[in-house]
Amino acid sequence: MLQLLKGEKEEILACVKEVLGENSKTHENLVPILQQVQKKLGYLPALAMDKIAEGLQVPAVDIYGLATFYNQFRLNPPGKHEVKVCMGTACYMAGGDITLESFERRMEIKEGETSVDRYYSLDRVACVGCCTLAPVAVIDDEVEGKVTPTRVDGIMLALEEDREDNTGGNSGPGEGADHE
Amino acid sequence: MSEHIAITIDDQKIKTRRGEKLLWVALDNDIYIPHLCAIKGEKRPNASCRLCFVEIEGHNQPVTACTREVEEGMVVATRSPRVDRLVKTGFELLLSDHNLKCRECPANKNCSLQVIARKRGLKLKRDRFKPLEREFELDDSPAEFAFDRSRCVLCGQCIWADRVEAGVGAIGFTNRGIDRVVTTFNDLPLADSICTECKLCVDVCPVGALYYKKDQKA
Repeated sequence: MLQLLKGEKEEILACVKEVLGENSKTHENLVPILQQVQKKLGYLPALAMDKIAEGLQVPAVDIYGLATFYNQFRLNPPGKHEVKVCMGTACYMAGGDITLESFERRMEIKEGETSVDRYYSLDRVACVGCCTLAPVAVIDDEVEGKVTPTRVDGIMLALEEDREDNTGGNSGPGEGADHE
Repeated sequence: MSEHIAITIDDQKIKTRRGEKLLWVALDNDIYIPHLCAIKGEKRPNASCRLCFVEIEGHNQPVTACTREVEEGMVVATRSPRVDRLVKTGFELLLSDHNLKCRECPANKNCSLQVIARKRGLKLKRDRFKPLEREFELDDSPAEFAFDRSRCVLCGQCIWADRVEAGVGAIGFTNRGIDRVVTTFNDLPLADSICTECKLCVDVCPVGALYYKKDQKA
């Protein structure tokens, strides 16, 4: 579980309060409420799910169950660099799972997670629409084709270089700067 | 029409009441129908274990007995080649994801899966379906009981006990498909969750997933 950044707790509480205020607190509204909170925060933090459960008077584990059931909800914040690996039929057959595993190993996180410094997040997507390039990965909206484990190493090298460049120029890169 | 109606199950004439569910009428009359997820008193049964199939005259497909309300003159057969085939497949699918080390299991000889296997002549072995290799961490955080998800059949009995009987709401289903598990909010160990350790869930577990530590085999 990632640590909340400074000021993030207040932001989450305010967001949930606002969304709960705009919707009637019924069970039918649960999915729209979660969608609105995720739209504002970029993800569904545990604190938000807990507060929504409180507002709707349902067990928190029900909200958690729903958020883990639907692919549209993410429980981790998007990283500075978002990597999405295609698991559509063509990419899967061409070894998309190996590509995903390579990213998992290199980033030291699992699919659906965000690195502790919030620099990377890793997700799977179902078909980007360029199956001839399989296996495909999308790095910050840039489509990369034929992503073999060697290519993963290259992509990671570029992302790491980007991190070093930023560290050189910026006084306080890390967590505070990434926020917002 | 009176509240009381007559139905026939396996050539046995049974008097019962309108509104009752077929599964419970059969079980109350000592007619066995395999079942795991059915809960007496639940208005809309999950019907998720897919084991309580029966044939009802006039229906062209076997139906789940737990969801079916009895009707006047209903004629039911608990066994047929089609029913047996469905139950066998359902049972094999459950076993494909089940820790089959019965000798190490605290529920050995007191297990619903073993009862179903015995009553229906099914094997507690895997041959048709490949085992689903999953690794679970044993949750032995509560003082008197533990939760081994490798034995869980996802029947939902513990969740019902937790919600309806205990009124706590500590556990529920999360994730989807083959990743589905019974867990707490944020996957916390039970002792760190809002679980009150009332142990009602342990008492209703039909297999050895939730078990008392005192029953644990070395």
